[in-house]
Amino acid sequence: MVEPGTVVEPVVLAAVALGGVVGSLGRYAVGLAVPQPADGFPSATLLVNVTGAFAMGLLVAFLVDRPGSHRLARPFVGVGMLGGWTTFSALAVEVVALATVDRVQVALLYVGATFLLGTLAVPAGAVVGQRIWPGP
Amino acid sequence: MNGLDALLVAAGAAVGAPVRYLASHTVRELGGTPPAGTLVVNVVGSLVLGLLAGGGSTGWPLALVGIGFCGALTTFSTLALELWDAMADGRPHHAVANVALSLGLGLGAASLGWALAAG
Repeated sequence: MVEPGTVVEPVVLAAVALGGVVGSLGRYAVGLAVPQPADGFPSATLLVNVTGAFAMGLLVAFLVDRPGSHRLARPFVGVGMLGGWTTFSALAVEVVALATVDRVQVALLYVGATFLLGTLAVPAGAVVGQRIWPGP
Repeated sequence: MNGLDALLVAAGAAVGAPVRYLASHTVRELGGTPPAGTLVVNVVGSLVLGLLAGGGSTGWPLALVGIGFCGALTTFSTLALELWDAMADGRPHHAVANVALSLGLGLGAASLGWALAAG
């Protein structure tokens, strides 16, 4: 996302920070709305990560072949909002927490579902995006 | 929703997201690939959240540092995009290596932090 040899612009950092705040508040709200028992399946994190990957596919489909897009679109939406909406640290700690209470099968199912659904959500989002925005 | 907690999450995220961008930029400047930058932030964030969770943190430290900073520092959407790009480019070995490193180092960092804080 950042080309080597370039200077980081303050306005880009501000866009990333603002998008990160918006996305993270959304993730926090999902966490409150979808309660997660300590020994149960972490569905809130799975939900944000898979929907965030889908949205990333949508964004890539929108930005492709659109050199005229606003230069802050990707920093704000992709790096900021979707980076804030999704998380890896919660995934890692939830897996460790499940392992400490001997819920290894749940942990394996959780990791498998996150990576399988998350990776497939990207092309799914891209296909939907190409239908919504057929390109210039 | 607790208004103060939401404010703390926002403050942590306002730092975590640009730090991820800067870390990614620095890794590229040092000759690393974009997935290497994503791996670095994800492993560091997992270590910090592991320390918090292992120490039984709740309340404001969890909202500010855990949900806000670590949540925004780390990312899954970019990781998923990198995995799909590797598959679509005919580099499935890169995707497999990225999953293995992300899980191996990320879960390792989280359990290390957890164990250190839990004593």
